[in-house]
Amino acid sequence: MSATISGVSYQISHLDALEAESIHIIREAVAESERPVLLFSGGKDSALLLRLAVKAFYPARLPFPVMHVDTGHNFAEVLEFRDRIVAELQVELLIASVQEAIDEGRVAEQTGVNASRNRLQIEPLLRAIEENRFDMVFGGARRDEEKARAKERIFSFRDEFSQWDPKNQRPELWSLYNALHNRGEHIRAFPISNWTEMDVWQYIAEEAMELPSIYFSHQRMVFERDGLLMADSDYITRMDHEVVFEETVRFRTVGDMSCTGAFSSTASTVEEIIAEVSATRITERGASRADDRTAEAAMEDRKREGYF
Amino acid sequence: MEQMELVRLATTGSVDDGKSTLIGRMLYDTKQIFQDQLEAIEDASRRRGSDYVDLALLTDGLRAEREQGITIDVAYRYFATPKRKFILADTPGHVEYTRNMVTGASTADIALVLVDARKGILEQTRRHAFIASLLRVPHLVLCVNKMDLVDYSQKVYDEIADEFRHFAARLDIADLRFVPVSALVGDNVVNGSDNMPWYHGEPLLETMETIHVASDRNLIDARFPVQYVIRPHTMEHQDYRGYAGQIASGVFRQGDEVVVLPSGFTSTIASIDTYDGQLDEAPAGMSVVIRLNGDVDISRGDMIARPHNQPQVGQDIDAIVTWMSDSTTLRRGAKFAIKHTTKTARALVRDLQYRFDVSTLHRIEDATELGMNEIGRVTLRTTAPLFFDEYRKNRQTGSFILIDEVTNNTVGAGIIGGAAL
Ligand SMILES: Nc1nc2c(ncn2[C@@H]2O[C@H](COP(=O)(O)OP(=O)(O)O)[C@@H](O)[C@H]2O)c(=O)[nH]1
Repeated sequence: MSATISGVSYQISHLDALEAESIHIIREAVAESERPVLLFSGGKDSALLLRLAVKAFYPARLPFPVMHVDTGHNFAEVLEFRDRIVAELQVELLIASVQEAIDEGRVAEQTGVNASRNRLQIEPLLRAIEENRFDMVFGGARRDEEKARAKERIFSFRDEFSQWDPKNQRPELWSLYNALHNRGEHIRAFPISNWTEMDVWQYIAEEAMELPSIYFSHQRMVFERDGLLMADSDYITRMDHEVVFEETVRFRTVGDMSCTGAFSSTASTVEEIIAEVSATRITERGASRADDRTAEAAMEDRKREGYF
Repeated sequence: MEQMELVRLATTGSVDDGKSTLIGRMLYDTKQIFQDQLEAIEDASRRRGSDYVDLALLTDGLRAEREQGITIDVAYRYFATPKRKFILADTPGHVEYTRNMVTGASTADIALVLVDARKGILEQTRRHAFIASLLRVPHLVLCVNKMDLVDYSQKVYDEIADEFRHFAARLDIADLRFVPVSALVGDNVVNGSDNMPWYHGEPLLETMETIHVASDRNLIDARFPVQYVIRPHTMEHQDYRGYAGQIASGVFRQGDEVVVLPSGFTSTIASIDTYDGQLDEAPAGMSVVIRLNGDVDISRGDMIARPHNQPQVGQDIDAIVTWMSDSTTLRRGAKFAIKHTTKTARALVRDLQYRFDVSTLHRIEDATELGMNEIGRVTLRTTAPLFFDEYRKNRQTGSFILIDEVTNNTVGAGIIGGAAL
């Protein structure tokens, strides 16, 4: 918060208004649930969400743990960031592991060139929610990201199978949120629903927030696939014609290495990123998520099954 | 960084009046459309055999809705100009979706109501205006669309504007404006229009950018619903006890004398804390932590106000309720959970006084129930006192939701008229 409230009109800046709304949502969710948890991937949106949650309860410590759904195909820089932040804030970190789910035969690894562990996250996520009896699960999704998200409520009800039913959502009016649920059901709360990609970057700049280094331009060995630059790694199978070269790149979102693409960029500071985001003509997901480009309704289908 | 202001919009219109096209046009002309989105809709337009890029496709929602070719739920869109960041609640206009419009209007600063210039004011237009005024959206802009199909006629526009003005006189709309547009061609949406030299007003976007909204908030009546009690239990903050919440209205200052409801205990504000430091004063909208001097026992659901400006306290409430459920109805004697500010209680429907015919504004006095999308006036009795103001003075402390205690679904939205006898 900039704490600059201008003049006698008490006008609040858009970032202060968004921050205040998110903090209100987070407090409301915690007050009305028994076992909250915050999904933390180490990406910029979850870093923002965690920061807002810390602000909401300051000077007390965060009254709930954070959980990472670990695909096992992470960028090392992101894991390093995750562990450092969690240690600094003295919060408890839980890990729901996709690798473990594969090893125990609960899910099957996809095969082929476009194999990704993205969808495989659903099983360990839901299992962890069940085992820990979490009834309020904070996610860092934003409505401007994607069509299916644009209609999801801030407090999004999930039945005992964690399913989202887009046809049967609870009306959400004023700032009155309905968190009621029965045992075994839960609520997904999305406190940063109303933030856009630009708002997030502006806030990161204003607050001088730390982020994983892969958001900033760096040298990396990459190859091209469907117009995206994929990081060369053990987690992704290259086809014969896909040649590896070194390029100055950065990532616009961070996720599973097998489906998160980079792009050429020399933006190495938050200010340069803001300038780049203002000028760009491609959406965040279009620029970096191979998984969402497969089908127009890919996100909606995953969400129905209980995805983030 | 530039100070940008957050403004919330609700758009509504009857099916095919051009709402999706208007929103698409606004996004397109303010350059908020990304290349990949544009390619996707170009692709979809071609597949449907359209001659032109259908901007309406930009705001189409979920798959089922795409298949039916209609919008059936509130969807939120975002765009910004250098001065303002807009959150737009896109609500479908059909009578079946009254609940969606009420939802969108509940937080809106500005309502954009669309009409088709060829059709003029319809029953639906009147309903949209009524809902906007009921929910006290401070500014209403009537957008007369498809002007290209009436030869950009000033006469057509004037007649529509006059008729609407006449009807709106019966409503309580604080600020009413009109603009003739063509969403398809782009006249008067973001850019001005050479086709309508007789129109001397500004394009729609300019209106949206300049309407003064900061003063629409209630900055007079200080109300702080306590959301959460903060007790750190750490060595550093051993005796800390703060009350977290979002200021509903008014301004709170350090040193202010305050009263806590329901206890009636008075105290003074020791400090207004945030993660970023203490504040001397904090206005409506801010999320803060308030600490009080002296030993006070306060919990979630209590309210902090000023001794000489207190909300009403009571268990009998007169309200207008919009019904939002198709599996139950509201009848005399029914019981629900009620959520008002940060307080949850139970409510009994003592009486259903009348139902509105939302198109004619007539009162149907012999109504026995409210069904889905119906609006009526009720008297409620709650299990615990609520601390409330009239909705017309305070949108935050004058609103509530009703929740079905069996299904946990939100079934009603209420606005408080005052205390009931
Ligand atoms: N000629 C003309 N057609 C329009 C205009 N605005 C919308 N339309 C057309 O009217 C039809 C319905 O528009 P749409 O935006 O889908 O309406 P909605 O149902 O209100 O969202 C489409 O065929 C549009 O191309 C306009 O200003 N002029």
